[in-house]
Amino acid sequence: MTEEKLARRRFLHGAALGAAGLAGIGSLGGAFEASTSLASSRDPEPGGAAKPVHQWAMVIDLRYCNGCKLCTAGCQAAHGLHADQTWIEVFTMRNAAGETYHMPRPCMMCEDPPCVQVCPVSANFRTAEGLTLVDQSRCIGTRICMNACPYQARYFNWSAPRPVPRQPFPQEPTWPVPQVEGTVGKCIFCAAMLPSGMLPECVTRCPMGVIYLGDLEADVATNGMGNTVTLSKFLAENDAVKFKESYGTHPRVFYIPGHGQDLESDTAGG
Amino acid sequence: MLTLEENVVAGRDDVVAAAMRPVVDTPSWWWPAVAVLGAVVALGVVAWAVQLADGLGVAGYNDRAFWAVYEADLVAFVGVSYGGAVVSAILRLTNATWRAPLTRIAEGTALVTLPIGMIFIIPHLGSPWRVWELVWPPYWNLSSPILWDFFAVSTYLLATAVFFYLPLVPDLPIARRWLAGRGGLRTRGCRALYKLLGGGWEGTESQRRLLHGSIGLVAIMVIPMAVSVHSVLSFAFASSSRSGYLETIFPVYFVVAALYSGVALVVLAVAAGRRLFHLEAFIHPRHLVRLGFVMVVFGAAYIYLTFTEYLVDGYSGTTDNAAWVRQILVGRYWVPFWFYFVAAGLVPIMVMAIRRTRNATGVIVASGLVVVAMWVKRLVIVIPPATEPLVRSPLAAAGIAGRWGSYHFTWVPISITLAATAAIPLLLLILFRFVPILPISEMEELAGDGEGAQGMPIRREGL
Repeated sequence: MTEEKLARRRFLHGAALGAAGLAGIGSLGGAFEASTSLASSRDPEPGGAAKPVHQWAMVIDLRYCNGCKLCTAGCQAAHGLHADQTWIEVFTMRNAAGETYHMPRPCMMCEDPPCVQVCPVSANFRTAEGLTLVDQSRCIGTRICMNACPYQARYFNWSAPRPVPRQPFPQEPTWPVPQVEGTVGKCIFCAAMLPSGMLPECVTRCPMGVIYLGDLEADVATNGMGNTVTLSKFLAENDAVKFKESYGTHPRVFYIPGHGQDLESDTAGG
Repeated sequence: MLTLEENVVAGRDDVVAAAMRPVVDTPSWWWPAVAVLGAVVALGVVAWAVQLADGLGVAGYNDRAFWAVYEADLVAFVGVSYGGAVVSAILRLTNATWRAPLTRIAEGTALVTLPIGMIFIIPHLGSPWRVWELVWPPYWNLSSPILWDFFAVSTYLLATAVFFYLPLVPDLPIARRWLAGRGGLRTRGCRALYKLLGGGWEGTESQRRLLHGSIGLVAIMVIPMAVSVHSVLSFAFASSSRSGYLETIFPVYFVVAALYSGVALVVLAVAAGRRLFHLEAFIHPRHLVRLGFVMVVFGAAYIYLTFTEYLVDGYSGTTDNAAWVRQILVGRYWVPFWFYFVAAGLVPIMVMAIRRTRNATGVIVASGLVVVAMWVKRLVIVIPPATEPLVRSPLAAAGIAGRWGSYHFTWVPISITLAATAAIPLLLLILFRFVPILPISEMEELAGDGEGAQGMPIRREGL
């Protein structure tokens, strides 16, 4: 898994150098170093600085989702989003038996996020704690990250954001509220709330206890009903799967199926 | 029958007079034409201002149609600039001497269309006021295909400008002498410009050798550069996991499309220049027919690539690929796709195949259809995969109802696209107010009237 991930990075960096060479741009050496050092300051590889305390993840227990969409409503209220900006979207799906079930889809917080690779101005980055965030003060709005994301989890600000009251956190990538017109936004796992021990909005809003916030480092996950589980055990015992695993993105969102559905063939396509 | 080469053996004075006519004469239609074209461009600027004020949403975009008309415009307008590379580089390197009277118009068309294509980066961006970040190295992410695009297109613009300028150098002193003694502010301005850009040209043997060598070198460099530009443009689409964009055929597909539409635009520009500036003595209808043959070769290659792409993706039967291939061939996109197939697929081949239509009129009509239909084809490439839902919910698929999927055309992108279209003839009219429309020295050398521009013996072997 790690091998694969590294191979992909190396391939992309190699390809980038090749393309730059083709374009015949001089003095690229320095620029490349600047670019990579920037990336590494935001995305330290294991073995670098002190090990981060958390590695955030999410578990979505599809057995109990009734499709009420209170997670979406809570998320949109908290982040001042428009109605079509469904950072966590609840899809109505159909399983092999023809029955419908509901599938909430937040950002997958990929370990190898394609959106980070394709941004020309490095506006997407991955934190040491495994969160992929958008710097909306830098995003120029090419929307190539929306093309790259296999989960259609990214939402552009096509018009001015909704007015929001005074916010508890500064307007930063960890709390991009209000959104910035002309830039891309997406689920942030409510990053600004996590350090103080608060759960993301969707987790606390879910009346069925479907969504768990997890920490791979502490091997624990908690839902909004106060249920706390041992993450690895919970995933193993319930045959958890990841969405579109074949895309090589290594999501940190785990689904627990319960309706006979096969996320890969139902939804991955391709 | 005269050969093309014999046809252009006119006296040198005739060539210079014809080349300089657009510079000194103002035909009665010139100002009205400029006013109308300028008004269309101005409307496009207004549309862009509205988009700036209200957000990209007014252009019909949404999260399920994140790329649409501006991205297709960017590909299409950069694409039509390829005609200059074909006529001037490929025909130069293959020693096709009949190209001579066409090169200045072809290179001028490339010179004006490439910046127009590049300008589509601006309305395409959500935050165009931050476009400077693309030239700010600390922000660069070298693994981004958009950044590769930016490098490639910028480099190509430089090459195109050089390629326009170099063959112009020996013409400038001739043009300056020809303008001597004429009054008027603009004439004096032109003479000053010619002195500035070509004042050092004396036509000595060493200068001549240097210039020919440089042109040959740039002609060789321009071809791989042109190939790389559209390949890299295609990477912005193809380097993703999205089915319909993830196509290894895309780089070739994009390059051939660009060459095809580029030659078609050169046909239109040459035909218009010939008629409007009375160049009938130098540009023969058979020039257009020959360009028609070049065009139809690219057209046939393009149909072949289209067939290959759709056959393989459709045949594979995988859910996502089958979905968009079906939508294009018999689904909601059938009208634009089959319009392409007839207008830029069948018609050009038929026009060149049938003796009765294989003439200047036939080629001009076919070229007009090709330019429009290849723009439509770019929409068919860009929009269907972007609007195809990636999470296969039955409801998501049912929610897409429009003729262009989730995308809905509004007056804003239509105005901006029309403005870019009008800007091509507008800028060409202005360009040839300042620059000789015929490559005087090149025509003399290739026509073989025994004397080069400065009385030097000419080299018949082309470069």
